[in-house]
Amino acid sequence: MSGQPGKGEFSLTVNGELHTIGAYPMERLLDVLRVQLGLTGAKEGCGEGECGSCAVLMDGLLVNSCLVPVAQAQGALVVTIEGIADGEALHSLQTAFLQCGGAQCGICTPGMIMAAYQLLRKKPKPSTEEIAEGLAGNLCRCTGYTQICEAVAQAAARRCAP
Amino acid sequence: MNSEKIIGTSVPRKEGQDKVTGRARYIDDIVLPNMLYGATVRSSIPRGKIKSVTLGPGVSWNEFVIVSAGDIPGTNCVALISDDQPCLADGAVNHPEEPILLIAHPNRHILRKAVEAIVIEYDLLPAIFSIEESEQGKEIVWGTDNTFKKYLVEKGDVDSIWKDADYIVEAEYTTGAQEQLYIENNGVIAQYDRDQGLTLWGSLQCPYYVHKALMKLCDLPPETVRVVQTETGGAFGGKEDYPSMIAGHAALLAMKSGKPVKIVYDRMEDMTATTKRHPSRTRHRTAVDKHGKLLGGEIDFVIDGGAYATLSSVVLSRGTIHAGGPYFWPHVRIRAKAVATNAPPHGAFRGFGAPQSLFAMERHMDRIASVVGISPVEVRRLNFLKQGMTTTTEQVIREPIDLGKLLDRGLELADYSNKRKHFQTGSKLDKRRKGIGIATFLHGAGFTGSGERYLASVVGVEGCADGTVRVLVSSTEFGQGTKTVLCQIAAEALQLPYESVQIAQPDTNEVPNSGPTVASRTIMVVGKLVLSAAYGIRQTLLTCGLLSDEYSADQFRDACAKYVAKHGELKSWAQYEASPDISWDDASYRGEAYAAYAWAVYIAEVTIDLTTYSVTVNDFVALQEVGNVLHPILARGQITGGVAQGIGFALYEKVVWQNGRMQNGQMTNYIMPTSADLPQIRVYFEELGNVHGAFGAKGIGELPMDGPVPAVVNAVVDATGIALDAIPLLPEDIFKAISREPREKSAHALKEPA
Repeated sequence: MSGQPGKGEFSLTVNGELHTIGAYPMERLLDVLRVQLGLTGAKEGCGEGECGSCAVLMDGLLVNSCLVPVAQAQGALVVTIEGIADGEALHSLQTAFLQCGGAQCGICTPGMIMAAYQLLRKKPKPSTEEIAEGLAGNLCRCTGYTQICEAVAQAAARRCAP
Repeated sequence: MNSEKIIGTSVPRKEGQDKVTGRARYIDDIVLPNMLYGATVRSSIPRGKIKSVTLGPGVSWNEFVIVSAGDIPGTNCVALISDDQPCLADGAVNHPEEPILLIAHPNRHILRKAVEAIVIEYDLLPAIFSIEESEQGKEIVWGTDNTFKKYLVEKGDVDSIWKDADYIVEAEYTTGAQEQLYIENNGVIAQYDRDQGLTLWGSLQCPYYVHKALMKLCDLPPETVRVVQTETGGAFGGKEDYPSMIAGHAALLAMKSGKPVKIVYDRMEDMTATTKRHPSRTRHRTAVDKHGKLLGGEIDFVIDGGAYATLSSVVLSRGTIHAGGPYFWPHVRIRAKAVATNAPPHGAFRGFGAPQSLFAMERHMDRIASVVGISPVEVRRLNFLKQGMTTTTEQVIREPIDLGKLLDRGLELADYSNKRKHFQTGSKLDKRRKGIGIATFLHGAGFTGSGERYLASVVGVEGCADGTVRVLVSSTEFGQGTKTVLCQIAAEALQLPYESVQIAQPDTNEVPNSGPTVASRTIMVVGKLVLSAAYGIRQTLLTCGLLSDEYSADQFRDACAKYVAKHGELKSWAQYEASPDISWDDASYRGEAYAAYAWAVYIAEVTIDLTTYSVTVNDFVALQEVGNVLHPILARGQITGGVAQGIGFALYEKVVWQNGRMQNGQMTNYIMPTSADLPQIRVYFEELGNVHGAFGAKGIGELPMDGPVPAVVNAVVDATGIALDAIPLLPEDIFKAISREPREKSAHALKEPA
């Protein structure tokens, strides 16, 4: 397309691994992750930053990767759902989502878990209200959130247990 | 033998690990070599003749594959019930967003620009957009009278009762459209070659519906069409019939191009072009005695089906049968019809017509209570169906259900009496008022009437060479837990560990037609068949002497492996047979409408802020009798999820229409509840069991959609004293209603005793 800058080279660290990729500067981080890096855990639900299904961590912030141009992710540290387990050992949030019924159809789950991951980084012992507030940027149509909130509370309790 | 019980425990979700790690593969996660991306050119007008289609300048059209109605090898329709809906418009369009032309290209990013470059000229025809316009018949947009379907249910002699009535309570209730809003949009991939035939992978509920539609559209014999369900990110009825349309589109592009073609909608296309819950209008005219007992009544139920018949006749059927609620009507006449407008066809959405007619019924019960001067509790208690009584279709209630007791338990859990008293004594000057509302309701499980008999579903269970067991069904998983619970049933039947039972991915080349995954039928109907088929496996191994009555999991595995080594395969099939005591007459709409009903009492507590008119649900009690609960965590998840969708339908979710097109087709302006908008939903079960379902289960999936709307609206009415009879109730709707001040009591046409 005319008037648009051509492809450039961008480096970003995703789940601890440095990648250098060729992309248009305005390409969405979501597409780079899914198409170029094959990390399809982040999903496109709305394409306008409302549903949170594409949520990932970028330099310690929770972002909707459908709204982040890859140029903005130059040099960034990105963590996706594929990067939180310890090898085959699930992250405590993943285990809690499984045990509490926090995942139904599963399409919002990667983004939801990333939002919960960020919440627990900032507030290791969140109250019920803080959990509800912390996940309010992520839409789930299946669960009514009750079991998701319970999963986050369970993961927090297990981590804080002596 | 495995002595641990599996049924009734919360075993891990079969596909759970893949979902929490991001490894689960949804349709848009799959890329095939040389794949093209497809897009749909749609009507920008509600009704008219297509004059011309022009490929505009600035696009290298020779790089595109282009398909129009003329390229269709078979019949240009989306085969379902009446086959009236074209797959691609041929000369005329009947609703906005109707598909006209398909294009495909290797680069998905240039599709939008290409779609915009196609110019379509129309001769406009007058269009209609409401039930009232459709009924007036000034424009006939479908058939001879704009009517897709009518039903008449008649019990007793309703014309004889009016003279004995102490009160006649009359009112009209309306509901708007509701978008399913699954988070994964509709999407499919089609691939075709002359030798392999046509394969379709997709996000869908009913593989055999798509199979049937593709055969007819592409003029292919059954064995050359294969439909595979991929991991499906929510459906709620929204992927019952529409996938047949999008599958047809991808198939046509794949056949013409010889390459795999993926079509995945973006959010706005999905919201504006695909199906939604039918808007409805219900009128009640009810004769009541001085104590509040129903003497009889007339119910007039109408749904807006949109431009084509699709599933409207069956949605209407369920709404009609549920219109009388869980109450005893000595005399009743229910007239129901589905009418045509020039909106995109409305379709299946959890509850399937029942949430609409039950909203009306439950609001009407509160209205009757206030006219008579008794409480919402008493009016329900007086009129509940009891064992031995008959429903509006004269089905005898055989189950030992005691709705009075269920209501008592619900009231206690919600602390109803104390709260109601407390809220009513609150200061009228308070800018924040609280209210509490009840809904009592029922939901029939399985297809209506003779439906299950016609479906004659088949399921299989296979003993594999490695000794594991596989369930073979076309029932699909889209979050409800189909895979998990059907494996639980087979494991329990065979006394095997849950882990040694797997379930096949629904693939029409591999699994039999166990019917569509709809109508709260999977666990009750399909589950029962899985149970029989699993018993068949055990019986075969016992009969041929490979297994004794008592066996360990290892012995079973060994026996299974030996059998397969000797005979090639070990498969057991079961087919649905209607129980002889279930009789239904389609002509008179009388008889056993459903094999079983689930029953429920829902109670909502709300606060309304009289400065902003926003409503918050502070507490929600959902108490239900759904037979035996096979998996407590999944069952509870069905209820909490349904309640959330119901609260959304009542308070947040408004489709804004203009000339038949949804104007707010984005998550930014069509608002569904977030975690911050909902209370912790409190879920309770009674378990009476059910002879028709596997291990005593009834249907559960749709039930929780029926009750939240009336419970919440009744609570808002309780808080404000204003009659509110239309949903959704956004703050501006409440403001308008309060400005008009129709008090709950004065709003009724009320006949004093003669």
